[in-house]
Amino acid sequence: MDKIALLLKPFHTIGIGVTFSPNLKANVFEASRLALLFQSKLTLIHVGEESSEKTEKFKSLLAPFISQSLEYDIVFKTGDPVDVILSVSLEKKVDLLILGALKQENFLKYYVGSIARKITRQAKCSVLLLIKPSVERLPCSHVVVNGLKDPKTEKTIASAFYVANALGSEKITIVEEITQDKITTKVDDDKSLRKANIVKERLKLRETARVNNIIKNIPEDHTKDIVIKSQPIFGTKGYSIGHYAQIARADLLIMNAPSKMTFWDRLFPHDIEHILTELPTDVLIIQ
Amino acid sequence: MIKKEKKIVSFFKTLPKNIFSGFVVSLIALPLGLGLAMASDAPPISGIIAAVVGGLLVSILGGSNVTITGPGNGLVGVLLVAITTLGLESAYAAIICSGVLLLVLGFLRLGKLADFFPSSAIQGMLAAIGLIILGKQFHIMLAHKIKRADTIDYLLEIPVTINDAIHYDKSGLIFAALAGVISFIIMAFYGKIRNKYFQLIPAPMWIVILSIGFSYYFELVAHEANPIAKEYMISGIPNFQEIISQIPTVNFSKIGSFPFWSSVLALTLISSIESLLSIKAVDKLDPEKRRSNVNRDLKALGLATIGSGFLGGLNVVTVIARSSVNVNNGGTNRSSNFFHATFLVIFILLFSTQLTRIPLPALMAILVYTGYKLASPENIKKIFSIGREQLIIFFVTLILTLKVGLITGILSGVLVTFLIHIFINKSFSLFARNVLKPNVLMYKEEDSAGNYYVSVKHFCSFLNYYRLKEKLNAVPENQDVIVDFSLCDFVDHTVMENLNNYQELFSKRGGHFEVVGLDLHDTDSKHPFALRRLLPVPNVIKNSLTKRQTSIEVLAEDYGLRYVSKKEKNVSFLDRFLFFKTKHVNHINNQLCSENKELTMFDIEFSEGELIAKEVVRSTMLYIQLDTNIPEFTLDREGFLEKVYAFAGFKDIPIQNHEDFSKRFYLLGEDEQAIKYFFNDNVTHFFESNPYYHVESNGKALLVFSKERHASIKEIKALYDFGKRLKQVIS
Repeated sequence: MDKIALLLKPFHTIGIGVTFSPNLKANVFEASRLALLFQSKLTLIHVGEESSEKTEKFKSLLAPFISQSLEYDIVFKTGDPVDVILSVSLEKKVDLLILGALKQENFLKYYVGSIARKITRQAKCSVLLLIKPSVERLPCSHVVVNGLKDPKTEKTIASAFYVANALGSEKITIVEEITQDKITTKVDDDKSLRKANIVKERLKLRETARVNNIIKNIPEDHTKDIVIKSQPIFGTKGYSIGHYAQIARADLLIMNAPSKMTFWDRLFPHDIEHILTELPTDVLIIQ
Repeated sequence: MIKKEKKIVSFFKTLPKNIFSGFVVSLIALPLGLGLAMASDAPPISGIIAAVVGGLLVSILGGSNVTITGPGNGLVGVLLVAITTLGLESAYAAIICSGVLLLVLGFLRLGKLADFFPSSAIQGMLAAIGLIILGKQFHIMLAHKIKRADTIDYLLEIPVTINDAIHYDKSGLIFAALAGVISFIIMAFYGKIRNKYFQLIPAPMWIVILSIGFSYYFELVAHEANPIAKEYMISGIPNFQEIISQIPTVNFSKIGSFPFWSSVLALTLISSIESLLSIKAVDKLDPEKRRSNVNRDLKALGLATIGSGFLGGLNVVTVIARSSVNVNNGGTNRSSNFFHATFLVIFILLFSTQLTRIPLPALMAILVYTGYKLASPENIKKIFSIGREQLIIFFVTLILTLKVGLITGILSGVLVTFLIHIFINKSFSLFARNVLKPNVLMYKEEDSAGNYYVSVKHFCSFLNYYRLKEKLNAVPENQDVIVDFSLCDFVDHTVMENLNNYQELFSKRGGHFEVVGLDLHDTDSKHPFALRRLLPVPNVIKNSLTKRQTSIEVLAEDYGLRYVSKKEKNVSFLDRFLFFKTKHVNHINNQLCSENKELTMFDIEFSEGELIAKEVVRSTMLYIQLDTNIPEFTLDREGFLEKVYAFAGFKDIPIQNHEDFSKRFYLLGEDEQAIKYFFNDNVTHFFESNPYYHVESNGKALLVFSKERHASIKEIKALYDFGKRLKQVIS
């Protein structure tokens, strides 16, 4: 229990980059709401010159939340958007950075723009990618979180319960992605098929046991009000979980932070890169 | 251990059957082997060598069960080119190299390579091969040997040959042509004669027997020379000793040249495609429903081809016609292939001199018939019915294969298919963006039924079909699979056809395979295999029914229901259900209505949330009109519903004396007293003992559904049955 408590990094400060776009109000509202839910401080980061006019505009947007005793802070800084947002996040000790996604023209498909993508890759804090920020509050009832066999997973799952509790979600599905190369037997004929299925079944049991172990270590008041489901899927790491989240109609997908990226990883996308090109839902990347 | 013993016992038990079917197959393989070899301008015996080496090696090393291997008709065209451009000795070298490549393909597990060719292009290629065989051999069948440079010229000259044949004045030629025509008639009408003694011997063997008998008649009875002209008799069949002493030298000197490698590539391509297609087709015929190990078979075929090449034989491939004869005559395992080879050896040992009594036109008639079968107008008609675009693909492949060559032909077929797909979707980026994405997700649904659920995203065509196939192959065929295309913008003909094959395979082996989510896709033709594209604005009037819809239609007839596939926008009867309070129903379609209109089943599309937060959900629901009034309630499995109803301030109503029920179900409603009264022993027992469904009452009617996706046919039946019984229990 203590170990998990150490692992879990509550969101003390939430940061959001703001520009004067049509989405501004929705973005600020979402961020403020989250700040209130997590009882954290909100930092608005604006890339550009400071002016009283801008400050006024931001303040007027924040007004309904200030009345609910929202603690906030507005930072102005000029420079390259990526650098500014990253450096300010570090300076202000932002724990959770909120970024908006873009919508593909004519399609109901979302992707992450190049700036947000760079920030996501380099950020030292957790990142929340919102596909459809809205002025009204939308309930987040189903959370999907990855249960990969990875040292970071324990923390990610613990954070998922923390977040789900704060957002009042009812259900968490832990998806154990089992990659194809774990199944050493190749399916050729009936015999190898049977063998492969036995291997799969065994892997499934092992993965479920592992995930259950993680859940056991999470403080009970985080888990007791939430329906927990675990779903093993066999597929490509990173991509399949997004696909699953889409089918399961999750409201939030929580993932491990990516490991170090090389040039090749971008050329042949995997893991988080898949999610960035094709956002199925809101995505939270836990750092 | 016991299992192994059992296997050995059953092997010996079925041995006589396999020996017999091996014998029957060898009766076909003998004339066909001779004919195919001669059609490729190779010595006639090379076809037999290929069949013998193939039969012996593949039966021992292969991974399929009831297939027969030997020289293939698809290879005639390529071998012809190889032999004419390279010369026979170098052609053997090319055959050996293609065997090595096949072996490599097998080791690299590239059996899936054949999936990358669109089926219409393969059809076009096969038709072209058929025309090549038919065009060249037709002239010999009518005793009119000609030599032309271009395959198309052979085809164009067919009328000239017919005209010449009618006006022959030499009796030798007339008899030769007659032998050809009669043989062709035997081939064509053999299937129509239903006599079990006549059918005991396959048609090609009848031709062989009749022509040898004919020759003996003139020699022994009439004491005359055979009236068929000498140059139209098979020549150059060596006896057994000669075969061994005259193993041809293989000439590798052209290994650096371009034509050599283009021949090798063509040979490898065609032999792998022909083998893989045949194995797939024969697997469907296997009475014991086994799954062939394709890669292992490829390795064995490669090895056999190498061996055959060194011994002076042709490429070894898996052949569909001989394999199906094998299955029809009771072949149950690979030993029949072995015996087919053994019998061929015996024939050559005993009867090699008799074989020279077969007239060439008779042998070629067999080939003309197989060529015709490959290129028959029926095939073209079938392709046209699938869609006009398939016909373009077919003819581009066909003409380019005839005009330029096999590799160019099939590659242009692939290219044209891709261009057509781009044109139909008016989007290149759909393909470019998504072709590398692992767009198929499969998982086992975690409920009692344990269906395998497969969801496909973006597009599914010949380009990425292998991903879907890989997933589907990992499912045992006695399980239930549901393939959902609702997230898929475009599905092509190749995929549709292959899915249909899976459907057949699964239903034969006790499983269930269903495709859902295509009902909103549009298509040009009425054929179930036609390609389908998701329309941004769905048509009001659909052109044709999907396979699922036709299945529903059949189901409706079976159950005495009324079926309406049309989209219905007026759905006010649903508004009174709590479930739809926060949802907007877009439309319902595929309605199934019972006679008295009490039970109605329908596919529904509704959306939750508005504008940017809008999510579209599809499901299949059952609506039950009740005669009596009942309390309003909602019943669902524990843990699923809270999210929907918690906000409404309801809480779970416990039913006394039914702890199991209360534990497993979530029962909600305003009038607690009435609900408790309504859920008496009968009703609770019914729910306890049946699968979970979400059941909701609005006082006068019930709404029943389970999953937030369209139901498969099997699930529709289960839902209907559940509803019918529920109604009985309640009233």
